[in-house]
Amino acid sequence: MTAPLHETSAGESTATVVAAPDAPGTPDKSGGSAKAIEGRSPWKIAWTRLKRDKLALAGAFVVLFLVLVALFAPVIVGLLGHPPDEFHEDQIDPLFGTPIGSWGGVSSEFLFGVEPVNGRDVFSRIVYGTRISLLVAVAAAVFAVVLGTVLGIVAGYFGGWIDAALSRVMDVMLAFPQLLFTIALVSVLPNSLLGLDGSGVRIAALIVVIGFFGWPYVGRIVRGQTLSLRNREYVEAAQSLGAGRIYILRRELLPNLIAPITVYATLMIPTNILTEAALSFLGAGVKPPTASWGQMLSTAITTYEADPLFMVIPGLAIFITVLAFNLFGDGVRDALDPKGSR
Amino acid sequence: MEPLLKVTGLKKHFPIKKGLLQRQTGAVKAVDGIDFEVLPGETLGVVGESGCGKSTMGRLITRLLEPTDGRVEFQGKDISHLGVSGMRPFRRDIQMIFQDPYGSLNPRHTVGTIVSAPFKLQGVEPEGGVKKEVQRLLGLVGLNPEHYNRYPHEFSGGQRQRIGIARALALKPKLVVADEPVSALDVSIQAQVVNLLDDLQQELGLTYVIIAHDLSVIRHVSDRIAVMYLGKIVELADRKSLYENPMHPYTRALMSAVPIPDPRRRGAKSDRILLTGDVPSPIAPPPGCRFHTRCWKATDLCKTQEPPLVELRPGQRVACHHPENAELLTIPGARESVEITKAETKPEAKAEAEAKAEVETPASANADADADAPTEGGDAPKA
Repeated sequence: MTAPLHETSAGESTATVVAAPDAPGTPDKSGGSAKAIEGRSPWKIAWTRLKRDKLALAGAFVVLFLVLVALFAPVIVGLLGHPPDEFHEDQIDPLFGTPIGSWGGVSSEFLFGVEPVNGRDVFSRIVYGTRISLLVAVAAAVFAVVLGTVLGIVAGYFGGWIDAALSRVMDVMLAFPQLLFTIALVSVLPNSLLGLDGSGVRIAALIVVIGFFGWPYVGRIVRGQTLSLRNREYVEAAQSLGAGRIYILRRELLPNLIAPITVYATLMIPTNILTEAALSFLGAGVKPPTASWGQMLSTAITTYEADPLFMVIPGLAIFITVLAFNLFGDGVRDALDPKGSR
Repeated sequence: MEPLLKVTGLKKHFPIKKGLLQRQTGAVKAVDGIDFEVLPGETLGVVGESGCGKSTMGRLITRLLEPTDGRVEFQGKDISHLGVSGMRPFRRDIQMIFQDPYGSLNPRHTVGTIVSAPFKLQGVEPEGGVKKEVQRLLGLVGLNPEHYNRYPHEFSGGQRQRIGIARALALKPKLVVADEPVSALDVSIQAQVVNLLDDLQQELGLTYVIIAHDLSVIRHVSDRIAVMYLGKIVELADRKSLYENPMHPYTRALMSAVPIPDPRRRGAKSDRILLTGDVPSPIAPPPGCRFHTRCWKATDLCKTQEPPLVELRPGQRVACHHPENAELLTIPGARESVEITKAETKPEAKAEAEAKAEVETPASANADADADAPTEGGDAPKA
């Protein structure tokens, strides 16, 4: 009877090993050497994973670079370019209205060339355009996330008629023709509002409109997550300790919603950049002379045969920015996903 | 003795709503009229198949759910319809241990945050500060107090369940309701957690209501046992009576389903009762006795008249028209209240003498066997 004996001893030894960390007062082996046992929070684990993802890191660096460009736009332009609204008619062929220099007038003085007809510095306008793009995209994303989170969590947690009403509102919002609405809205906007000048009003309108049409997407995700989280036993545990609804929403549910919300927000920013560009392209964005990438693309249409670079440069700016945010957002999602294999 | 918890006519019906207007078309009768009481210091085990309403019952007495009907009294005070704030002072005394050690701890909180939540929510400042008290509790349940800053995912299932137990004990409750406390754990860990619960009961003078479907766990921990079937208690008895002389056919069937660990004893005397058919839907429970659809003793009476839960022997309440071991009835009047099927009845005097002998022998034999079980009260509540 060797086999059963062997089996018994093996079983016993496994039990001891399993039991050891459970036993009272047994010093923890892994933490024994280090004095304080520090827990690895889910965020720390996500950060370690993100650091291993090369593509996401590259995206993050580009995003960081763009943020710096936006923040220090006046400095950068002061060092490397000309004021964005300054006309340089000497750089323009008076006959055709195109830049005199080859490749759209690219030179050491005008890094990205000059704009056809009026000769403004494309580099400066791209740099200032970064500000508009990022500001509108990020602010609209924040707006959408805050609104979507609050309404989504309320719908999911309270359920019943509140949920039914909010869900229908979200359905209506998602079916709404956002682009047409925005174009119509912008055309009736006054030139100044609440102390903002023409461009300021347009930017504020863009943020509010893009954000307002973005919240149902966040709201639906948050509602679904809340629905699945509110029946977890830890919510019941908090209830059995006497927790009220607000405590449960804030302390038990919200921390578990941060991850999906973060992922959605980082993936929403590139979409917002594209929306802003599209609206500016259609003339519903910021007002000239304020520079924006979409608006530059739209200006370039008339001269793209003679000066293709003027169209390529803002296009590239949009492309690189959107790609970087997407790579970064994908990386964040993979890092926060507990089932991620990477 | 004044019961710590008294439940009378407790019902929970979950409405089924359909259509655009959310009209109620029916109800899941999860718990449908149960009565029992829990005495201070005892352990009441609740067994039953999945879906029989035992978890709902646990959530009703901890007031995570509001009863549809009936009363829950804790220390003589009616708590059946108190709101969140009205219930808060009672939460200190009534605590719950949950089934799923992975679901009952918030993955985004550290162990320290989880175990200190009771103090925060109840506004209690323990002696020596919250952190010290939490570390003492972690030590009490056999965890390393230094794991204070760790997250739940860094622990094994058994360790997580200990964290849940530490949280439940933080406010020094009087009554602890444990909903399947070990069913999600490995068998080797189950024993550890069950023994921990036993030790803590001794140490802190706790009263337990332990809900489980595992008969061996229930047998080990309980003083009294309630057997539930389809939202009703069919039998409520002290442990010894229930395991030795189950009177409800359903209890007998459950008992016979316990696997025999010794292969040599297996098959020697196969008196296993196999129930046929499924548990009926709690949306439309069968009329009369709910068990009649699967009972081998069912008669026409069972199909029409619901048997009340009456005390047929001291400390043994049964809801059945044709109880098993009916010859053991000793309470006068109890015999009249049940109809004993003729075929089952043996010559009475002989049967009774036999029965007495039977009761005597296992009792003395069990005294030794149970000596190591700390919760063995042995004394069923006197009728």
